[in-house]
Amino acid sequence: MDHFLQLLASGVVTGGIYALVAVGFVIVYKATGIINFATGELMMLGAFFAYTAMTAARAPFALALLVAVVAAGGLGALVERVVLRPLLGQRAISVIMVTIGLSSIFKGVAQMIWSGEYRSFPPIFPRAPLVLGTVILPSRQVWPFAIALAAILLVGLGFRFTRTGTAMRATAGDQQAAFAMGIDIRRVFSLSWSLAAVTAAIAGVVVGTIGGISPQLGAIGLRMFPVVILGGLDSIPGALVGGIAIGVLENMAGGYLDPLLEGGGVKEVVPFVALVAILMIRPYGLFGTREVERL
Amino acid sequence: MLIGNYQETYRSDEALLRTPAVRGWMAALGTAALVFPFVAGDYLLYLANLMGVLAIAALGLNILTGFTGQISLGHAAFMGVGGFGAAFLASRLSVPFWLAVPAGGVMACLAGVVVGVPSLRIKGLYLAIATLAAQVIAEWVFVNWTSVTGGIRGLNVPPARLVGVSLDTDFRIYFLIQAALAAHVWFAANLFRTRWGRAFIAVRDRDIAAELIGVPLFRTKILSFMVSSFYAGMAGGLWAFFVKVVTPENFPLSLSIQLLAMVIVGGLGSIKGTLFGTAFMTLVPEVLKLGVGALRTVWPGAQSYFFPMRDVVFGALIVAFLVFEPHGLAEMWNRTKRFFALWPFEK
Repeated sequence: MDHFLQLLASGVVTGGIYALVAVGFVIVYKATGIINFATGELMMLGAFFAYTAMTAARAPFALALLVAVVAAGGLGALVERVVLRPLLGQRAISVIMVTIGLSSIFKGVAQMIWSGEYRSFPPIFPRAPLVLGTVILPSRQVWPFAIALAAILLVGLGFRFTRTGTAMRATAGDQQAAFAMGIDIRRVFSLSWSLAAVTAAIAGVVVGTIGGISPQLGAIGLRMFPVVILGGLDSIPGALVGGIAIGVLENMAGGYLDPLLEGGGVKEVVPFVALVAILMIRPYGLFGTREVERL
Repeated sequence: MLIGNYQETYRSDEALLRTPAVRGWMAALGTAALVFPFVAGDYLLYLANLMGVLAIAALGLNILTGFTGQISLGHAAFMGVGGFGAAFLASRLSVPFWLAVPAGGVMACLAGVVVGVPSLRIKGLYLAIATLAAQVIAEWVFVNWTSVTGGIRGLNVPPARLVGVSLDTDFRIYFLIQAALAAHVWFAANLFRTRWGRAFIAVRDRDIAAELIGVPLFRTKILSFMVSSFYAGMAGGLWAFFVKVVTPENFPLSLSIQLLAMVIVGGLGSIKGTLFGTAFMTLVPEVLKLGVGALRTVWPGAQSYFFPMRDVVFGALIVAFLVFEPHGLAEMWNRTKRFFALWPFEK
C-alpha cells in the first residue's frame, strides 16, 4: 500500500508538469488548429534560457524564470509570425511537418550554443522533503509541482477574467464571429503561440531542475500526445485531468510492470498504448469537442 | 517546341511513356544506371544503394500521404517490421533472400492493416498521432521481443545469394536494389492509372465526396495502408541485406520523419518528386559533411558543429519548402521543363 501511495504521489507530481505543457498545447490548437510538435524543444530552450541567466548572469531563480518566460514568449510570437502564419489553413501534413522542422532547428541551434553535454541547475529549492503520512516527496519534486500548478492557475484565471483572455476564448469558439466583433485574430494567434511557448518554458525549467538539461530534453515533448488526446485536444480542464492521469499511469506502469520485464521501458510505452485505446474508443478525448463535418 | 502528341491507337494512347522523347530519356537514364557502378567508387555506390532503399520506403509513404492524404509518422516502424521479418527468416530459418524480402513486405503489409484500421474513425492530425503511437510501440517491441528480433543487439543477416553469386558487396547488391526500385516505381506509376489508384486520389481530395460517388472509403484507405506499408517492408528487407545487420536503432522515429521530409521536399503526390526528394535529402548532409571537412584546415572546431548543423539544415529545408515551394522539387522541375518546352514563347 505504501508503495502504491508513493507511486501515486509521484505520478501526480509528474502529471502536474505534463498538464502545464498540455495547457499551452491546447491553447495553440484551439486558436489555430495546429498540433505543435516543437513543444518539447520549446521546453528545452526555456530551460536553457533560465540556466544561462542563472549561471552566466548569476540571477536568482525567480528572475531567471522571468527571463525564460519573456524570451520564450518573444520566440513564440516570432515563430508564429514568420513560419506559421503563411501556412494557416493548409493541409494537416504541412502544419505537422513545419513544427517538426522547427523542432529540428531548435535542437540544432541549442546544441551549437550550449553544446550537447548534460548540465544541472545550481541548487534552488530548500532541501526539506514534504512528508504526507507514509509518503515522502523530495523537495525537488514538490516545488516544480507547485510552480506548475500556480502557472496553470494563472493561465486559467487570465483566460477567464481578462479582456485578452475573453478575446482568445471568443476566437477559439467562432473565428468568424470574433473577427466580425472586432477582435484582432492575428494578435490572438501570436498571443496563443507566445503563451504556449511560455507554459512550455516554465515546464522546461521545472523539469530541468528535477533531472538536469541537455538539448535532448525535447524528447519529452512526445509524452504530451497521450495527455492531450486523453483530455481532448481542445479542452483546458482536459489537459489538467489528462496530465495527471497519464503521469499516474506512467508511474504505476513503471513501478509494477518494469520489474517483470527484462528490457524495461514500459514507462515510456504504456501511455502510447493508452493513447491508441483512447483513439479507438473516444477519439475526441474525455472533454474534447466532437467534430461534425459537413460537405 | 512540342506542340501536340498525336496518337493513332488506343494502345499507344494508354502507354506509360507516351512520347519518343520521354522514351529516349528513360532509356538514357536506364543505361546510365547500368553503367554507374562500373565507374563510381565505393562511397558513391554506398550512397546510391542507400538512396535506392530509402526511395522505395519514401514512395510507399507518398502513396499513403501524398496520394491518399493519410499521414503516417510510423513508416520507419513498417520498415522495421519488414527488416526484422526478412532478417529473421534469412538468419534463423535460412530462407533465401528472394523469398525473405517479399515475406517481410507481407508482414509489414499486415502491420499496415492493423495501423490502418483506426483510419476509419480518425483522420488528419489524430491519425498522425495514432501512427506516432504505433511507431513508439513498435520500437519498444523491437527492443523487447528478444527471441525474434535479438533485442538491442539485433540480427546478423547472411548475404543474399542469387544463382550461386553472393551479393555481399555494394557493387553486387547495387543491381538488386536498383532493379527493385525500378519495379516499385513502375508499379506506383501504373497504380494511379487504375480504378484503385484514382480512388486513393479521390479520398485525398475530399473523403466524404468520394464516399458519395461510390468509393468505399474504408476499403480504399486500408488498401492504401497495405500498399504503402508493403513498400516500406520491402525497403526494410532490402535494407537488411544491404547493411547485413538489423537493430532497433535502424528504425527510429527520426527515420519516419526523414521519410516524410523526403516526400515533402520532393513533392506530395508526385512519383518523380519522391525520387528527387530522396536523392536531395540524402545528399545534403553528405555535402555538408564535405563542407565541414574542407573548413577544418582554417577552423579546426568546425567538426563538432556538423551534427547540430545537420539538424538545423534539415529543419530549415522542411520549413523553407513548406513556406516557399509547397509542391516541392517536382514542381520546380516541371517549371524548368515548361520553360524549355515553351521557349522562346514563355512569358
